[in-house]
Amino acid sequence: MIALDLTAKSFGATQVLGPMRLRVEPGEVLGISGPSGAGKSTLLRILAGIDRRFEGMLDAPGRRAMVFQSPTLMPWRRVIDNVTIPTGATTAEAAEILARVGLAGLERRWPGQLSLGQARRVGIARAFVGRPDLLILDEPFASLDAERIEDLLALTAALIAETRPAVVLASHAEHELATLATRRARLDGRPARLIEAQRERVRAGS
Amino acid sequence: MSSVARTGLAQTARKGAAPKPPSLRGMFRALISLAVLVLLWAGLSALLADPLRAPGPQQVLPALFQGVVSGEILLDLSATLRRVGLSFVLAMATGTAAGIVLGLMPRLDRWLDPWLTVFNTIPALVTIVLCYLWIGLNESAAIAAVALNKVPLVTLMLREGVRVLDPDLAAMAQVYRMGPLARLRHIVLPQLAPHLVSAARAGLALIWKIVLVVEFLGRSDGIGFRLHLDFQMFDITGVLANALAFVAVMLALEALLIAPLAARAARWRTQ
Repeated sequence: MIALDLTAKSFGATQVLGPMRLRVEPGEVLGISGPSGAGKSTLLRILAGIDRRFEGMLDAPGRRAMVFQSPTLMPWRRVIDNVTIPTGATTAEAAEILARVGLAGLERRWPGQLSLGQARRVGIARAFVGRPDLLILDEPFASLDAERIEDLLALTAALIAETRPAVVLASHAEHELATLATRRARLDGRPARLIEAQRERVRAGS
Repeated sequence: MSSVARTGLAQTARKGAAPKPPSLRGMFRALISLAVLVLLWAGLSALLADPLRAPGPQQVLPALFQGVVSGEILLDLSATLRRVGLSFVLAMATGTAAGIVLGLMPRLDRWLDPWLTVFNTIPALVTIVLCYLWIGLNESAAIAAVALNKVPLVTLMLREGVRVLDPDLAAMAQVYRMGPLARLRHIVLPQLAPHLVSAARAGLALIWKIVLVVEFLGRSDGIGFRLHLDFQMFDITGVLANALAFVAVMLALEALLIAPLAARAARWRTQ
């Protein structure tokens, strides 16, 4: 489980995030929407442990993974090494997950030789290979065409169902949120606050 | 940064900066070009018909051959190369460490930046003379003088490299909890590699110009010392023979040592 009790997050004199409480259980997917610049990425960076300069308490599990807005691969390491080096996974495990995300045969390529869609798949393989307890998805399907997003959504949903991490997903796309999220929240205002959607609606749907 | 911009960046890097492996045609062209230079030199010297003051390749090449066979030039070359090697390693290590520290600590950097500008502006000759005066006319002074001339340049280039390190990759390493050694090896050094190669190249070019002056002024072996003797004997053929041997060795060093290292560091861009 991940738990965040945030009092405030500021950059210099500007307070970006206001007080908020956030809990996500294993297997749950919290989908966060909100206007650009509301602070979604800032919130995700706090949850992922990248940004530690905030007022409040974060209780997050050790095995974390994140899929970034840009694929964020090491261009000087081959595809398979991009999966094994950050995560400590074995070559066999990496090859297996790469095949799972549809990149069999491309293990020895350099990231610069991949399309954006393929690079995003490497990012997803890297995130799931270590069976994380906490998975942060920050606009993981940005700038892909609709058909590819559909494939990746199905793949991501299947991998989440198998590995059951606590997931926090930030996205602009209603369709992505509706497909993956088990709970919904909206980040808005200045400083931004997190407004959880009514749980009844989700429960009624499931 | 948007993902589209990122892939665009990667592609331009791939097209632009990658050094091409030398093609057979390119090497052939370089050989022809050098042959033409030697011919021009021979022609000019024949035209002037003054072998004492304007020796042609027909005088210089035998002198060079003589020097190599007698072992004299090889002895001086090895003395000079040892100084080049030691001061190169010293300057790269010091400059890289200083550059990384300044790149990581912007506040310190703002204070020390004017110092760098001053040290970078001090003429090489001043450093050399001061080293000989302070340390004495010995080998340590010679190596320190050469190295000190190069340190500010390496520092500047590495500081720039650290400044442009990708924050997204640093965040990735943090999320996945990569250890400090793994980060250095897989995240930081690959990004610094092009800067290290440029610093090595520029530094070597600087060092082999300065090392001769250092030897000329205060050593009793090395190519610079030999040039000093030739200078006093008004032996222009000797000057040119020594210079030729030196240039050949330095070009070989660049082609056989630095170029392959640079190509290896840029491997991922060329494919």
